[in-house]
Amino acid sequence: MARVAMRDLNKMYDEVHAVIDVNLEIRDQEFVVLVGPSGCGKTTTLRMVAGLESITGGQISIDEKVVNALPPMDRDIAMVFQNYALYPHMTVYDNMAFGLKMRKFDKAEIGRRVKEAADILGIQELLKRKPRQLSGGQRQRVALGRAIVRHPQVFLFDEPLSNLDAKLRVQMRVELKKLHERLGTTAIYVTHDQVEAMTLGDRVVVMRDGRVQQVGDPMELYNEPANRFVAGFIGSPAMNFASVRVAAENGTLWAESEDMRIKVPPRVAQRLARYTGKETTLGVRPEDLRIARDGDDRDLGFDVAIEVVERLGSEILLDVAAGATTMVASVEPTVTAKVHETTRLVINPERMHFFDNETEAAI
Amino acid sequence: MIEGARWRRWVFFYVPVTAFVVALLFPFYWMVITTLRPDRELYRPWSAANYAPFWTANPTLEHIRALLTETLFSTWMLNTMLISLAATAISLFCGLLAGYALSRLKFPYAGLLGTAIFITYLVPQTLLFIPLADIIRNFKLGDSPWALILTYPTFLIPFCTWLLMGYFKSIPKELEECARIDGAPRWKAMVYIIFPVAIPGILSAGIFAFTLSWNEFIYALVFLSSPEQKTVPVGVTSELVRGDVFYWGELMAGALLGSIPVAFVYSFFVEYYVSGITGSVKG
Amino acid sequence: MAPYGSAATVALRQEYVPAARRGPITRLLEDERRLAFCLMLPTMVLLALFIAYPFVNGILLAVTDTRVGVPGHFVGLDNFTKIWSDDIFHVAVWNTCLYTFVTTVFKLALGLWLALLLNRHFRGKAFMRAFILLPFIIPTVLSTFAWKWMFDPTFSVLNWLLFHVGIIKTRINWLGDPTMAMVSVIIVNVWRGVPFYAISLLAGLQTISPELHEAAAIDGARAWNRFRHVTWPLLLPVTLVIVLFSVIQTFADFQLVYVLTGGGPANATQLFATYAYQLGIGTGLLSQGAAISLAIFPILLLVVIVQLIYIRRTETL
Repeated sequence: MARVAMRDLNKMYDEVHAVIDVNLEIRDQEFVVLVGPSGCGKTTTLRMVAGLESITGGQISIDEKVVNALPPMDRDIAMVFQNYALYPHMTVYDNMAFGLKMRKFDKAEIGRRVKEAADILGIQELLKRKPRQLSGGQRQRVALGRAIVRHPQVFLFDEPLSNLDAKLRVQMRVELKKLHERLGTTAIYVTHDQVEAMTLGDRVVVMRDGRVQQVGDPMELYNEPANRFVAGFIGSPAMNFASVRVAAENGTLWAESEDMRIKVPPRVAQRLARYTGKETTLGVRPEDLRIARDGDDRDLGFDVAIEVVERLGSEILLDVAAGATTMVASVEPTVTAKVHETTRLVINPERMHFFDNETEAAI
Repeated sequence: MIEGARWRRWVFFYVPVTAFVVALLFPFYWMVITTLRPDRELYRPWSAANYAPFWTANPTLEHIRALLTETLFSTWMLNTMLISLAATAISLFCGLLAGYALSRLKFPYAGLLGTAIFITYLVPQTLLFIPLADIIRNFKLGDSPWALILTYPTFLIPFCTWLLMGYFKSIPKELEECARIDGAPRWKAMVYIIFPVAIPGILSAGIFAFTLSWNEFIYALVFLSSPEQKTVPVGVTSELVRGDVFYWGELMAGALLGSIPVAFVYSFFVEYYVSGITGSVKG
Repeated sequence: MAPYGSAATVALRQEYVPAARRGPITRLLEDERRLAFCLMLPTMVLLALFIAYPFVNGILLAVTDTRVGVPGHFVGLDNFTKIWSDDIFHVAVWNTCLYTFVTTVFKLALGLWLALLLNRHFRGKAFMRAFILLPFIIPTVLSTFAWKWMFDPTFSVLNWLLFHVGIIKTRINWLGDPTMAMVSVIIVNVWRGVPFYAISLLAGLQTISPELHEAAAIDGARAWNRFRHVTWPLLLPVTLVIVLFSVIQTFADFQLVYVLTGGGPANATQLFATYAYQLGIGTGLLSQGAAISLAIFPILLLVVIVQLIYIRRTETL
């Protein structure tokens, strides 16, 4: 049973408050991803769990045991680094055996475990080679193998796929997911790539400037972002934002700006009511915008001029402008839109998001 | 290569380079020639008609033989070898540990200690040799190889530390972190992971230290007195001159043979030696 | 490569690995500060014993009137006033400064020239580099003896050469004539130092990207201007460091002069170090010798500080 708990975790570097009041309970066998832009504190948090950084405030416990004062060698964890950190002067076998040797396993047991891990990762033929003779993908597997042989309670991943080329990255992502399903060890994974976060995590923790912005499973974050930052960070292409004013008219609420006038659906109107007369931010994802058809509710659409047409094959991205507001819409590949044309877009009423302009929280 | 007319290449490149090479290597040639020259040819004044400087018609190994059998030269070689190896070993040991601490650990006064070590490197031996002579005598180390084995590190350690610091800084810290997570305590991560990766640096520092030890003179001159204890530089200077008479044949033979171990070690590790110089200058 | 091997499902989580037991010393050394302390200890002890302690001892010696075998009494700055009025000391100071200055200028000029020559690709370059360093590698005393033999008034091969080329009519008394003695000593020091300068400057030159030279050439600069405006400024930091080390070494030089002339003739080549040796060890006047050695220190310190300031300044460029 390997649960990891962070309570009121804080880290100060001289003047910089890098990690602020992080509270997180990670369940046994869970794959948790810490995601955010660089400098958000995700790597620092990971390193504190590893024991590579000292903890300024709060505590970290692994399986109910507070590990604040334990050096890395006494915490039963394994880590995979972005640069693999393979020991250049040792063979692959010795790289994988090193941790077991440090923990005084006997030779037979070491041999058994290394073989087992090599089998799982498909690197049996590489055991006698040195790291410099391996490709990037192979090195990554060896780094994984080194972590697996130890049978640790927790795996830590520090942006392990960032150094791989795009194609290899996608491949390894899938393999990592399969690996986790097979091994079932609790894992904490740090990345700046939200695609990795969404595809790999059982739960995703979005961080910014040292604080946790939201914790939840991927779909929760996607469909119900807690604030504007999470809404804009998760999902690609990013959510569109427009500054609008809430106006009341005949019992319905409207979101208005110079460039559009959208009717607020009743379910959202309840929450938006107290913002009447105020400026808020409307958020809508590109895939929730489509070209208007006959029969569409006129109150849910607005006219735009098409500026750029990006054909991706599976979809078309339209960069449009409604007056001063620019947006991106993702439409079916069969749409015949051309640059400089004007057209009308319609918003899916179920998928409108509003954010408070001051707190940036979702309304 | 230099572009342009052939004559330009000759004037601006080949001629100067040849001149440099000849000027730099001629004394060694002279050493060799003198060693192999019999006495009667050797002591011919330059104004004499039959002065033939650049070759000899009757090479002889007489001087070398006399050197090895009639003087304590072989003892001096042994002494120097022992002292140089021991001093190098001590300096490498200290330099490795200090270099690692200064470049990869955080501790109070690290900057100050680093500067202090750098400053001691700048303190020349000729400043300290008189009071040191006194101290050596008080510690009863006089006239023994220990006087040198313990004092040579004073100018070898700073250099080794500095050189190794440069090497350590280029090793990514993830290696150590990974080792520590793998279960290694700090000191094992240092010994099993960092030191092996720094072997080129260790070789550079070691060779430089060896060469510097072999070359040291004033401490050896002042601390050693009996002929059996002397090192090659001191022995050649003091024992191969009787009164006012210089036995040039033996002297050159001594100079030649005394240079061979250093040249030998150097020839195998030129790259490391050069990177040692350039590393220390850039670092 | 097959993503996964055979079917064996690994029941990893059933096995719990207890933390390995570690010895008490390992535990103690796990603390970063404690480990650093232990690592620095051998070095600090050695340096304290054999540099700091002698340095202090030297100061004590210099303010007493100790002689070999005769413990001394405190005499304040007596020794210093004695050497201040000592003619030979003045000569030694002047000689040392002259020696250092002239050799440094020549070593720098010739070393730079050689480095520029070597900074091209040609066959046998590595070979050349290795051979050129020989004067620096071979023990100073031994190569100086070779020079001494080459300078011998009666048997000098240099005299023979110069005579037959027609440059001189009578012999040059390399080591016997006061002026020539200084020249000889300078020649040997330069001979020994040029390789070190050359190799170090070569390393510095190789860090200057060739694109800079190409850009300058396209801009119309000729060789000399390229050197003056591109090469030299970029080489300055490295040059200053090399010169710093070289000046310190040369200032305190002993071996070369000791072997070649012993300080003579008539103190024409007497340097700080040789004079200190003569007084302190030769005649046993330890305190006076110590005073002379210490007299080097302030001048050396000044030189170091001035150069360090220069180096700092070029580093911020």
